Amino acid sequence: MIKALLSLMVPCGSVLILSACQPDIPETIQQGMVYCAEGSPESFNPQRVTSGTTIDAISQQLYDRLLDIDPATGELLSALATDWRLSEDGKTYWFTLRPQVQFHHTGFFSPTRAFNANDVTFTFNRILQSDHPYHGVGGGNYPYFQSVDWGSLVQAVVAENSNTVRFELTRPDSSFLSNLATDFASILSAEYAAALLQQGTPELLDQRPIGTGPFFFKEYKKDQFIRYYRHPEYWRGKTELTQLVFDLVPDNAKRMAKLLTHECDVVAYPRNAELKLITERPDVEVQSQTSMNVGFWAFNTKKPPFDNVLVRKALAYAINKDAILDAVYFGYADKAKTLLPPTSWAFYHDLPEQQYDPVKAKELLAQAGYPQGFRMDIWAMPVQRLYNPNALKMAELMQADLAKIGVRASVVSFEWNSFRRKLSEYEHDSVLIGWAADNADPDNFFRPLLSCSAAESGSNRANWCDPNFDNLINQALLTADIKQRRSFYLTAQLYIDEQMPLVSIAHSKRFQAKSVKVTGVTINPYGGISMAAARKSL
Amino acid sequence: MMLHYFLRRCFLISFVFVALTVLAFSLSYLFPGDVLTNVSGLTEIRPEQRQTLIKYYALDQSLLQQYIAYLNRILDGEWGLSFSSQQPVLSEIIAVFPATMELASYALLLSFVLGIPLGLFAAVKADSFFGRLISGITLIAYSIPIFWWALLLIMLFSLTLGVLPTAGRISVLFDIPTTTGFMLPDIWLSDISYKSEAIIDALRHLLLPAVVLATFPTTVMIRFTRDSMLAVLEQSYIKTARAKGLSRAQVLYHHGLRNALLPVIRQIGLQFSTLITLAMITEVIFSWPGIGQWLLDSIYQRNYPAIQGGLLIVSCLVIVVNMLTEILHTLFNPLARKA
Repeated sequence: MIKALLSLMVPCGSVLILSACQPDIPETIQQGMVYCAEGSPESFNPQRVTSGTTIDAISQQLYDRLLDIDPATGELLSALATDWRLSEDGKTYWFTLRPQVQFHHTGFFSPTRAFNANDVTFTFNRILQSDHPYHGVGGGNYPYFQSVDWGSLVQAVVAENSNTVRFELTRPDSSFLSNLATDFASILSAEYAAALLQQGTPELLDQRPIGTGPFFFKEYKKDQFIRYYRHPEYWRGKTELTQLVFDLVPDNAKRMAKLLTHECDVVAYPRNAELKLITERPDVEVQSQTSMNVGFWAFNTKKPPFDNVLVRKALAYAINKDAILDAVYFGYADKAKTLLPPTSWAFYHDLPEQQYDPVKAKELLAQAGYPQGFRMDIWAMPVQRLYNPNALKMAELMQADLAKIGVRASVVSFEWNSFRRKLSEYEHDSVLIGWAADNADPDNFFRPLLSCSAAESGSNRANWCDPNFDNLINQALLTADIKQRRSFYLTAQLYIDEQMPLVSIAHSKRFQAKSVKVTGVTINPYGGISMAAARKSL
Repeated sequence: MMLHYFLRRCFLISFVFVALTVLAFSLSYLFPGDVLTNVSGLTEIRPEQRQTLIKYYALDQSLLQQYIAYLNRILDGEWGLSFSSQQPVLSEIIAVFPATMELASYALLLSFVLGIPLGLFAAVKADSFFGRLISGITLIAYSIPIFWWALLLIMLFSLTLGVLPTAGRISVLFDIPTTTGFMLPDIWLSDISYKSEAIIDALRHLLLPAVVLATFPTTVMIRFTRDSMLAVLEQSYIKTARAKGLSRAQVLYHHGLRNALLPVIRQIGLQFSTLITLAMITEVIFSWPGIGQWLLDSIYQRNYPAIQGGLLIVSCLVIVVNMLTEILHTLFNPLARKA
């Protein structure tokens, strides 16, 4: 009997191994693509999140927006809105909506009508009206819209008829259209929301999504994978892919291994240290894109001694950015002068670069009344992000730099969720973190990071509220003239440089590694990745 | 006689269960943070909910009554909510548990199929080259750290040769509906058109983790089979059987193996806790979505209700298996029944 078992096992084992060489998989699966992502989504509703991981996984795949951004030029393109116009006083926008756009038909919801103006009003009124039945569902937080202060900007969203929507603003705002084109302003289904409300399960709106995007939601196994199928009635035309799976692999090394064994077709965020290794493989291709992001070191400007501008400047002089760029970004990043990356139209090219000068730093510290230095904490985020691939290492380098001017820094880190919570409660002295822009507008850097409203909502990591600065960035929005806007932003950059609420460190490039069989997946510099144009050759 | 034995066993085991639940119960108080949050798993408790919840969880009463309420909830299947997903802990456990059982049982099966014949062979040919070779390899395999062994296999079969996948139970592109939670039966029960491809794919995913996990129990099996077989072969009844004219094979099978395997059965129970620990390590290395990976994630996320539930279920499983093998051992062994 034992012999029989053994004799069975040998051929079985060889079949298992040989079968790898001759895949005999049905076509529905061959046209499926696996994208290996670095983390799990927090929600399936882009309105409710800011994390790039979540946006990559959900926004462009499941939803559409009224407008899109051309990734090449940064210009606005029509999407669900075919046309838009602005009133004379710059305070009212009209959007004409695209007809015959179908929502997803899934196992849990069957739409009876096409997309219309009600879906747009529902989507935005949920955010704006605090008495809206959906406003408080899931906590009532809409971090992106809060950070750009939509509550005070948008007065009303009105459906004039089934294919025209009117937005009434309290003041002219030249970044308004850019905000509508971000991944966060995805359009939800009002019909689905009403059905869920009737069932008494409104929270499912954010967990089992219905949108108009190129793929529809099939299932999500927490921390394992998300499965999407092709939306057969997508208004831009059916995608080539029949199935799209986001395999959730937080471990960097495992993600690389899965790329090499072809378990992943596309891999997000390959480690900079490994880029060289994988570019040598013939079956793998590495893509890169200068991305709209910035990694910075923010001081809690309400806490002494960081409330003293001399101290902040001294610390900025003490940091050797070149060493950081080499050791943390492996040279795959541009040194940052200011918050804006050099590709932005408002970038201040003539801004003097922050020098590495420990002697000057010591002088400034002495002037500020700390000739002996002081103790401080550097909070380093525990996760890898594009704008900062290894905050702990960066913190350790900075610790050594700071020791030279007599500042004794300790590195602090927590689990990511508690880390962000404690940050928004401003428990930190200083923090290494960053920002990835959601649209091409420079306002998207200044307002969410350094405005007073961001300080209130907890996303201003420097806890910095300066009326002068707020005034500058508000003025910039009141005009549509790009030259005027630019001059306001240049002044704003100069002002940040003087006040130094944070030290900008680097603008990182974003990388993605993919199998050469996959085409049509490009990195979008302004936000989430899109698989709509992806195809896989066999 | 047998009934008496069962009753005694059950009585003993109930003490172990009480101790276990007391430990799990006290964790809610020993973990940092709000006790009500730890007990219920609700991360956001509104002030107006608080009183009702305190009443519901009997937190306003004595510790003993709280413990009794806790036991009642455990028996009712109400194990609190997971912090990270806000889903019931028990349903999460039910979702991940079959994956672990599947992996562990295939590994155990593999270790029987390989371990017992090899152990027998090593005993019968104890002095030959192959007998020594088996003993030598067994010793090496026994001492090898499992994570290193797993990485070696991944390096060879997945990264260098590219023939086996590195992670998961099946390619994520295969959409297999969950019915039993066990992958192979699920594929069998599903109404997909590509069943055989799916089964082959699942087996390819299973191969490396099962081999890695089977390594340790196989070595234990070989060593025990070999040692107890050697001991049995020394017995006079074997010599008598040979003298009666039975063939070598008959003697080995009827008189040798049956007696030699008795202590081996007992070993399974004793090694089971090691097997579960190793299964957890294997799961993490191969991203096998079982209870080990789930529990380690929970520990990393400080997900206290999940840690509590996971701890309880894993330790109960180890105890139950221990008891079952003891009973099996007794059933097969008349000597133990009398003792």
